[in-house]
Amino acid sequence: MKISLEQFDKAFENRIRLQIMSVLVANERYDFNSLKELLNATDGNLASHLKALEKEEYIVVNKSFIGRKPNTQYSASDKGRTAFLNHLQALENLIKQQKY
Amino acid sequence: MYFKVLLEMQEKDIYSELNSIRSLMERSTKFISLSGLSGIMAGIYAILGAALAYKIVYAEAMLKYQGSSLAIETLWQLIFIAAAVLIFSVVTGIWLTIRQARKKGEKFWNPVSRRLLVNMAIPLVTGGLFALALILQGSYELVIAACLIFYGLALISGSHYTLSDVKWLGVFEIIIGLLAALFPAYGLLFCILGFGLLHILYGSIMHFKYKQ
Repeated sequence: MKISLEQFDKAFENRIRLQIMSVLVANERYDFNSLKELLNATDGNLASHLKALEKEEYIVVNKSFIGRKPNTQYSASDKGRTAFLNHLQALENLIKQQKY
Repeated sequence: MYFKVLLEMQEKDIYSELNSIRSLMERSTKFISLSGLSGIMAGIYAILGAALAYKIVYAEAMLKYQGSSLAIETLWQLIFIAAAVLIFSVVTGIWLTIRQARKKGEKFWNPVSRRLLVNMAIPLVTGGLFALALILQGSYELVIAACLIFYGLALISGSHYTLSDVKWLGVFEIIIGLLAALFPAYGLLFCILGFGLLHILYGSIMHFKYKQ
C-alpha cells in the first residue's frame, strides 16, 4: 500500500480538533460557547484542543469583551484551511487505495 | 505510531469521520429546526385575516356604491388586521421553532439562527417601511404587492442559512407579488394565495418531509 502518509496531519489525529476545523472552515468565525454547544465538549477539553490548533497556527484567536463578558472568536488561518483540505484529500485517497 | 493507527483505520471509520465533518459543516452553517406546522398556522391566520378584510371592504363598498377609495377608518381596520395576522404568525412561528429545536437538540439561539434572522430582517424591515410609505402616499393598490415581493426577497436572503426549500417559497412569493402589482384589483386574492395557500402548502411539505 502506497499511501502518502505525510499528508496526514497529526494535528487532526484527535477527532475534536478535526471537528473544530470543519466548523471554522465552513464559517467565517465561531465563538467559544457556540463551538462548545455544537461539539458537545467540555470547557477544558475544547480549550486544550483549541490551544493545540493555535500553536500549529491553524486558527486565529480574537479575544474581545461584550460588556464585561469575555468573548473569544476563532477563525481558520490560510495555513489551517490548506492543512484541513489536504487532510480530507488524504482521507479520500485512503478510501480509494482500499478499494483496489 | 500514528502511521500504524492510520493503517488500521477501516474504511468504515473513514466514512464515519467524513460524515461527521459533513454534518458539522452543515449544522454550523444552517439552522434546520424550522417547523412546517408554523407555516400552516401562518397560512390559516392569513386566510382568516383576508376573509375579515374582504367582509369589511365589501360591506363598505356596498354601502357607498364605490369600490376604489377607502375611508380612513376602514384603512386603519385593514392595517390592524394585517398587523394582527403578522404578530400571531411570528409568535406561533417562534414558539413552534423553539419546540422543534428542543426536540432536535439544537439551540434556538445560536450563531446560525442569528444570521438567519438578520439576513431576513433586512429585506423584511425595508419592505415594511416601504409599504408604510406607500400607505402614506395613498398608493394602496401596491401595498399587497410590495409586502409579497419583499417577503419573498427576505425568504431567499434567509434561505442561505436554512433548508433550501425556503428559497422556493421565496421565489413563488415574488412571482405572486409581481402578479399582484400587475393586477392590483385582485390584491386580496393574491394575499390569500401568497400568504395563505402558499404557506399551508409549504408548511405541509416541510412537515411531512422533515417530520421523521
